[in-house]
Parts: sequence; structure tokens; C-alpha cells
Amino acid sequence: MTALGKLFRTTVFKLSVVYLCIFAVGAGVVLAGVGWNIKKLLDEQIEQTINADIRGLSEQYSEGGIRQLVDVIQRRTRQPSASLYLVTTYAGVPVAGNVASLPDQVVGNRDLVEVDYQRAGEETPRHRALARVFVLPGGFRLLVGHDTEDRETLRRILGRAFFTSLFWLVLFGTLGGIFVARRVLKRVDGISDSARAIMVGDLTKRLPLAGTGDELDRLAESVNVMLERITALMTGLREVSDNIAHDLKTPLTRLRNDAEEALRARSSPEEQRAALEKIIEESDGLIRIFNALLMIARAEAGTRPDGMSDFDVSEVARDVGELYDALAEEHQVKLVVSTDEPMMIHGNRELVGQALANLTDNALKYGVPEYAEADGRTVTLEARRKGEAAELVVADRGAGIMPADRARVIDRFVRLENSRTRPGSGLGLSLAAAIAHLHGGELRLEDNQPGLRVVISLPLSHAAPVLQAPTQLTRAPPELRKAS
Amino acid sequence: MKAMRILVIEDDVEAANYLVKAFREEGHVADHAADGLDGYAAARDGDYDVLVVDRMLPKMDGLTLIAGLRAQKIETPVLILSALGQVDDRVKGLRAGSDDYLPKPYAFSELLARVEVLARRKPSGSGEETHYRVGDLELDRLSHKLTRSGKEILVQPREFRLLEYLMKHAGQVVTRTMLLENVWDYHFDPQTNVIDVHISRLRAKIDKGRDTPLLHTVRGAGYMIRDSAR
Repeated sequence: MTALGKLFRTTVFKLSVVYLCIFAVGAGVVLAGVGWNIKKLLDEQIEQTINADIRGLSEQYSEGGIRQLVDVIQRRTRQPSASLYLVTTYAGVPVAGNVASLPDQVVGNRDLVEVDYQRAGEETPRHRALARVFVLPGGFRLLVGHDTEDRETLRRILGRAFFTSLFWLVLFGTLGGIFVARRVLKRVDGISDSARAIMVGDLTKRLPLAGTGDELDRLAESVNVMLERITALMTGLREVSDNIAHDLKTPLTRLRNDAEEALRARSSPEEQRAALEKIIEESDGLIRIFNALLMIARAEAGTRPDGMSDFDVSEVARDVGELYDALAEEHQVKLVVSTDEPMMIHGNRELVGQALANLTDNALKYGVPEYAEADGRTVTLEARRKGEAAELVVADRGAGIMPADRARVIDRFVRLENSRTRPGSGLGLSLAAAIAHLHGGELRLEDNQPGLRVVISLPLSHAAPVLQAPTQLTRAPPELRKAS
Repeated sequence: MKAMRILVIEDDVEAANYLVKAFREEGHVADHAADGLDGYAAARDGDYDVLVVDRMLPKMDGLTLIAGLRAQKIETPVLILSALGQVDDRVKGLRAGSDDYLPKPYAFSELLARVEVLARRKPSGSGEETHYRVGDLELDRLSHKLTRSGKEILVQPREFRLLEYLMKHAGQVVTRTMLLENVWDYHFDPQTNVIDVHISRLRAKIDKGRDTPLLHTVRGAGYMIRDSAR
């Protein structure tokens, strides 16, 4: 596309052309209206003059007969730029006047008519005039006319004025349109150049702003904010995949070492067996990491799993409490479970159970100082109603997490310094947070003074609580459904 | 343990060969079908105790195959093996009429334990037993009473259910995930081996101070309750 073609295609230029046409038509209409009114006014004046003339001349005729009339007319026609006069007999033979030739039909007519005529004794081309014929008593016919030259001149002047102004209008309109269109085009080109640079891969580039705060600036600002967000997301994604690659290397290295250990020439069958068992253990660990990552990815993508139903989170809290109480007892930790009335939420019972299990597991692993006394060796698991939300709270009396670290620790694979030496993948909190989000809720880390309080807040469903055992989707194994 | 007849319907030949070989080494009879249609015909005509079905199969997918068998009133227990291990995939599988669902990659010991439990399952409608007995350990479901050598042992309700499940499958290996699924009704990964702690607490109550332990740990697989005196 040529530069000019591009210019002509711009919206601004097209708009200029449309406005130009509208203005031209408008000016034409106004001028035509003015011209028509002036013509009407002039015609009326001419008619009055003619009528007055006819009245005067017929008075002369009644006073002095045809002779006096002819005298008066001859006197008047000698003056320059006189009106038109013609007196004929009944048969149409001219008696006096200054008209050389006249269309035949005019003489028989009594109305005011517009005629072409030629003055007697002049070689000038035919003029236009308004004329009226009056029949005098005695059969003579008197024609009085008035030249319309003034009117024609006015029309010419108006016409010229119209075309002159039209010319300037079109000229300046087009130039103005081109100027404005070029300005806009320049900015749009600037924006698309930047966009192209971003497409090629330079994500640091932003759309240029003119600083005028106009609509193009506002558009560019919105696009820039969007780019900012995309960049942040991409950076996050890159960090996650970097972390995954890095964090999977460690267990894979251990796996490889175990395999080499088993292959070593002088190892005994028992040692080989032990190494192989370790390999299986390590691969199971890897599978768990992958499962957790997949689950987080799914939960974060927000695709709601199929098995959604209304269930009681208080019951899930009690189940998880019961599942972990033996472990707590072994660690000499008091696990206090306290739940309110049934609280129904809509979601996936398995996932919420997993989230709560992760938090409880974390609290037991990292929230109990090794040599703590009674109070420090307590982990509480609560399910409480708070407004329109169900809050699942797991609190410990351990070292807690510094406020600065709280946001970070939810990210995948993040493990704080003092927990690195203990087993764990750094995915438990991430998964719990993702599950909370999937259910339209959130996960908060709070200070338990001392210790950590992790709160999962989930919106309550509006379904009425159903007091019954959780329904099982399985056909089998059915053994224990009847057991309790 | 009596030999089981197992049909493996799996299109990955290597995985299928591994499974067939492993089942045979355990003393079972195992056959292999490589696609959905062959598998369907074999399952319909053969007399199998358990079907192990891959979810994604050529010609006819696993879920369709199971639905077809169930429509024909063939109630052979089915275990689905699938690379799709998410919560909702499991739900879909069970809805289609399978009896158990094991995501890939799996441990063979886990698969074996589940297949054995499925194969020995009583046909539905035959009624549940109300009294279990292993050696001198007796559990009565109706009176909720647990005794060993006639002496009553007090356990928590969940421990009672745990023991009940183990005793129902006495002589069979029961894995940790099977216990979590059947006793707690959850399928998630509990991070730490919480089940082990429950078992050791239970063991302290029924086996401590006795000459013949009944609750055994099966290395690399799970647990089994069995009268070792016999």
C-alpha cells in the first residue's frame, strides 16, 4: 500500500471528506435560498414599478389621448436606461416605443411575463425583461416592461461567490483532513511498530504515549497494563518451570546413584536388594511430586473437576483430625480438633481433604519445636463458620513464618531455610492454596502468637446441611459402608 | 491362596507381558488381550475372576468395554488401570461400572493386593458376615465387641473399622492406600505414612505381650492379618 493510499484509507480522512461534502451541500442550499428570495423581492419591485408606470400612462392617455401618450413615451425612451415601452394599434402595428422585436405571443397576454427583447437602434444581444400589456380604451395596446439586468448580475455574483468559497472549502478541507490523518496515522504507525516489536519477542517494549490523554493514549495505556500483566505471568511461568526442572534433578540424581550402587560389581545380593528398594522409594517420591504438580496445575487452571457435590467440611475436618491423631500422638503432640455445626460447601471432598491433610501434616512436621513443653506441643484443627464462609484453621505454636516470607512460601517448591533438612517437596501449601482458589476461596497465613495459623476460607453453599454419612460413589469396595 | 484367572486387557505389549509374567509368578493364571474388541470377547466368553483393563484401548475404549459387559449382566470384577489419575477421572471410571481404579504408574504389589481382594469378593447380595475370627481374635459387628482369647479389647471406632477391614480380608495383603480408601473413605496422598502409625497403635492393642502376633507387615506391600500358628 502506498503512503498516500494508506492516508486516504484512514478513518480521519474519510470523515473529513464526508464533512466536506455536508458543508458544501449546506452552503449551496443557503445560497440558493438567499438567491431565490432576492429574486422574488426584485421581481415584486419591478412589478410595482411596471404597474405604477401603466397607471401613469393610462392617465396621460385619458387626459390627452394617443397623441399625448406617444409624446410622453417618446420623451421617456430618449433617456438612457429607460424602461421598455411599446404602443400598438389593435391590429398590433407599433405606434411608438423603444422595442425593436418581441415574441408574438406576448402582446396578446395580460399577465406579467418574462420576455427576451431587442431594443430599437441597438445591436446588443437580446435582453431579458419583465413586461405587462395593458389594453387602453380605444383598442390601443400599451406594453410596459422593465429590464432584469440587475437581477441577473446579482445571480452571477452569488454564483461566483458560491463557487469561490466551495473551491477554498474543498482545498482547505482536504489539506486539513490530510494533516490530521497524517498525525493520527503517525501515532497508529508508532503503536503498530511497537506491537510488532513485542510480537517478535521484545516484551520490555511498551506502546508510545503522546501524553495528551486522548482516546489513543487511553487505548495505549490499557494495552500497556495488559502487557505488564502478561509479562508478570510469563515470568512466573518461567520461574515455575525452572524450579520444577531444578527440583526434580535432586531426586533423579539420588535415583541414579542408587541404580549405580546396585550395579557395583562387589555389592552383595542384600545390598543390591536394598539399593533397588531405595530406587522404588525414590521413584514413588517422584510420582508423588508429579501428581501434586498436576493437581496444582489443574486446580490453578480453574477447570472444576467432575466429582463436585455438597458436603460437610466440619466432617472433613474431623476425618482428617482422626487420620492424623495417631501420628500426632507418636510425635507427642496434642492434636485438638474442634468443629461447629455442619457447614455445607459445594466442591470436591477429596481435594478439600487433601488440602487440610497437607496443612495438618505441615503443622506436625514443621510447627512443633523439638524440645518444646506442653503448650508448644499443640496443634489445633478448627472448622468455624464466619459470615458466609467456612473457615478451616490449622494452627501450631512453633516458630511461625516471618511476614516477609508468607507470600513466597505458597509458591511451588519454596522451602524455608529451617525446614530444608526435613523431608518434604515444598508443594503442600501450594496445593492447598490452589484447592482453596478452585473452590472460590482463599488461603491465608496468619500469626498465631507464637506460631503459624493457616486459614482456608471457603464460601458456604446454600444447600441445606444433610446429616448423613458421606455418599460413596464407588460400587465397591462396599465393605465398610455398612460397617459403622 | 487359590489361583485366580486374570484377564489383562492392555495395548502396551511390554506392560502387558510384565503383568502377565508377574501374575503367573504369583501362581495365578493370566491371559492377555491387546485391544478393546478382543478383550470384550474374551471377557464375555472366558471364565475370569478379575479383569484388569487399561482405560485407553484401540478399537473400543475401556469404559465402553466395561459398560458393555455390565449391560450383558456380566459382573466379573474390573480394575481400571489408567494414566489419567485425577480425582474426576477416578469418579468417571467407577461410574462406568468398574470396581476399582488404579492410576499409572502403580506398584505391582498394590495391583496384586487389589486384584486379590476383588477376586475374593463375595457376589453382591449374599449378605455381609457379622462375625470374623482370626486365630483367637474375634470381632463381632453387631455387638461391636472385640475379644482375644475371650478377653475384651477396647478400641476406638475407627480402629474397629480398620481391624474389621483387615479381618474381612484375612490372609490377603491389604495396602495402605486400600486402608485409606476403605476405612477413611479418602483417596488422597496423606504425605506422611499416617496409616502405619494407626496400624502400630492397633498392633499394640491386640498383639502386645502375645506369643503369636496376628497383624503382620508385608514388606514393600502393606499389611495382613493371619493366624500364623496354623
